[in-house]
Amino acid sequence: MSLLEVRDLEVRHGLLQAVRGVSFALEEGDTLALVGANGAGKSTLLRAIAGGHRPSRGQIVFGDRDIIRLPAYKRVALGMGLVPEGRHLFPSLTVEENLVVAERPGYWTLDGVLEAFPMLAPRRKSRAAVLSGGERQATAIGRALMTNPRLLLLDEVSLGLAPVAVEDLYRSLRTVIERGATVLLVEQDLGRAMALCQRVACMLEGRLVLEGHSGELTREQVTEAYFGLRRAGIEVGSREGSQ
Amino acid sequence: MSVQRWTRVSLLFSGATAGIVVILALVPFWFGPNTTEKLTELFVLIILAAMWNALAGYAGLVSIGQQAFIGIGAYAVIVFTDHGINGYVAVVLAALFSGLISLPISLLVFRLRGGQFAIGTWVVAEIFRLLVTNDQSIGGGTGRSLDALNIYAPADRQAYTYWVALALMTALMLASFVLLRSRLGGALQAIRDDERAAESVGVPVARAKRIVFLLAAVGCGAAGAITMANTLTVTPDSIFGIQWTAYMIFMVLLGGLGTFEGPVLGALVLFGVQQEFQGSGSWYLVGLGAVAIAVTLVFPRGLWGALVDRFNIRLMPVGHTLRTLVSRRSES
Amino acid sequence: MTWIDAVIQGILLGGLYALFACGLSLMFGVMRIINLAHGDLALLATFMVLVISQHLGLSPFAALVIVLPGAAVVGYALQYAMFNPSLRGGELSPLLATFGLSVVIGNMLLEVFSPDTHSLSAGALTTASWHITSQISISALSAVIFGAAVLVLGGLQLLLSYTQLGRAMRATADDARTAELVGINAKRVYAIATAIALATAALAGTFFGMRSSFDPTLGPSQLIFAFEAVVIGGLGSLWGTLVGGILLGVAQTVGAQAFGAEWAIVSGNVLFLLVLAFRSQGIFAAREAHQ
Repeated sequence: MSLLEVRDLEVRHGLLQAVRGVSFALEEGDTLALVGANGAGKSTLLRAIAGGHRPSRGQIVFGDRDIIRLPAYKRVALGMGLVPEGRHLFPSLTVEENLVVAERPGYWTLDGVLEAFPMLAPRRKSRAAVLSGGERQATAIGRALMTNPRLLLLDEVSLGLAPVAVEDLYRSLRTVIERGATVLLVEQDLGRAMALCQRVACMLEGRLVLEGHSGELTREQVTEAYFGLRRAGIEVGSREGSQ
Repeated sequence: MSVQRWTRVSLLFSGATAGIVVILALVPFWFGPNTTEKLTELFVLIILAAMWNALAGYAGLVSIGQQAFIGIGAYAVIVFTDHGINGYVAVVLAALFSGLISLPISLLVFRLRGGQFAIGTWVVAEIFRLLVTNDQSIGGGTGRSLDALNIYAPADRQAYTYWVALALMTALMLASFVLLRSRLGGALQAIRDDERAAESVGVPVARAKRIVFLLAAVGCGAAGAITMANTLTVTPDSIFGIQWTAYMIFMVLLGGLGTFEGPVLGALVLFGVQQEFQGSGSWYLVGLGAVAIAVTLVFPRGLWGALVDRFNIRLMPVGHTLRTLVSRRSES
Repeated sequence: MTWIDAVIQGILLGGLYALFACGLSLMFGVMRIINLAHGDLALLATFMVLVISQHLGLSPFAALVIVLPGAAVVGYALQYAMFNPSLRGGELSPLLATFGLSVVIGNMLLEVFSPDTHSLSAGALTTASWHITSQISISALSAVIFGAAVLVLGGLQLLLSYTQLGRAMRATADDARTAELVGINAKRVYAIATAIALATAALAGTFFGMRSSFDPTLGPSQLIFAFEAVVIGGLGSLWGTLVGGILLGVAQTVGAQAFGAEWAIVSGNVLFLLVLAFRSQGIFAAREAHQ
């Protein structure tokens, strides 16, 4: 049985339909990268799964229950951990407090997180408000890990960060995945996403238009789906895939 | 799609309002002092409701200290007449004086936001109450009576007071109507939607709020001064009492916060309720408070909002109506 | 000497104001609600202590064993029944709802208990005092109240700083939506904050009733003193609130000493306005910002 199964999900922002009839499933241990252009509905889909948005239709089955009516905090108790877009740390709490406030019993502890994200160790007692972008993102990922999620949802991990910081974060993420995490990752950087995750899914205008194994899909295929070029009848040149 | 202000109904109604004012002006010729005294009370309530609505409904300023200006207006009448000014001239001057006092006060309380602003205005009202209570020259805690109007025969006096009240109410309603329709009204709407965004695109937030605060102070001062002329006695505890704020909140919430017509409706309801239940002491205030809570939680658009939703009518053209947006959506 | 006495009495009185203020400050800090019914709820608890101690023949301190948990339960229930729904209605709704609640409670007390004044007897504590010099004495009751205030504020500070509940409260205060996304039930955190706030208000109200006579109309003035203490001390700092309460108390007693008893409250109000005019962030806010 799948760990997460999304069936025919629709999410609206007022009149705008951000997610239109999306279905997919994740097995325990899967790593899936969700790619797509700005406004394709990736972040909305992720937030809907985590409980930040209420879908207008569809089902979200996690483990063996339909969680569509559960508030976000109960989904966390069931094992859903979201790293929200824009980090959203608690600015008046220290790094350590940001981590500990989310703590639930399990594999990940404060020491484990600080080991996986070595850049945080010297900043433990600093308030989140004074951290650099990379440190904030690391704290946000660590905070989600502290809930010991069965499924880790990561939204736009590298957005707005210096390349060096992204490098560090992805190194840490790889260790997290090696320890057996199930991951759903939203990322604009195609190359990184495909390198980190076994599977890739591409969203366009609220729909899931392509899904497959990272190793089997070519970069061109993903790029086409990303921009919706094949459907518009335009030949794809040798353009770079990432934005 | 077109933006409309004057609908046919609102044109008709604006004409009808002018007619109502004329008819009201004739009331003292047909009815006795008891009626005009009651109607004067109603005018005071309408002024108060309109002023509090301008504050909270349009400028987002929840003041629970407007009784400061009601009290200042009332006591200013006494001070002015003590200096030999005619009683009715004093009533008008008192309203303006109350507005004058509001300017330095706004410098202080505008440093506070939201709930802190609310309670800050209350502190200011308490300070004025204590200052008046401690000042024996205007009667101290036992209050004073207004003797300057005794130069008129009682029946004439009641009629004059009524006309002054009607004139002030009409002027104040007109002033707030014009104000809310001006560029300032648009600015206020922007502030209400998103204060920070409004400020960042150059809406003069502080000035817009201060103007409304000034208008509300003049209006509440007028209400206090009229009450003084209508009842002829005053005590600091009653004129600076928090029950005024309770009345204002009740009227505006019940009628419909942020609508022009709703508070008038709320004032009529409160007036009716007062005639019926004022004798039942504190239970009556318990009821007002409970209704205010209930309306806030389950019925936040008030009576007028419900009427607008149901029949899509708008009597006074303060807002803008987007014509045919809904009906044409299917075509586009 | 009488001036020193006035300052000492003011400091002790300030402890009570800080106790009134900490619940108001907590609710504002955690959910940005200014509870305009705070004073009336405190006074309601005072009357409950009065009723219980009269009918069961208990001392007011013993009655607190019932009233404090009762106040916490009422706070928890009020949060779910009234404050949480009002939070959905935007910034104005909580103010209007709590003002309505203040009107309801104040006038119900007036109906049930009449405008007569009442008092709570603290037994031997009421009369005991330490004479430091011939003109300066400290009443045992005032000292107990001050000590209790320091303990409660210190305890709250420890709770906020070092417990998981405290961290959850601060996280929810920072960003309630994100708090939910990391597993915190924000509504429950709010309800616990209100429960604590009402328990401290009940304690303050009871002490108030032991110190001086009271009647049902005094709720709003307690709210105002509490608010003044919070603003003078600076928002968001419990120790600032204690200092703010003390400064307010001293301003009142010294003002009374200087100008006569009827100017006591005005003197406190003037201090409040001065702080507002010249240091609107409060005395302690700057220190907080550096941490």
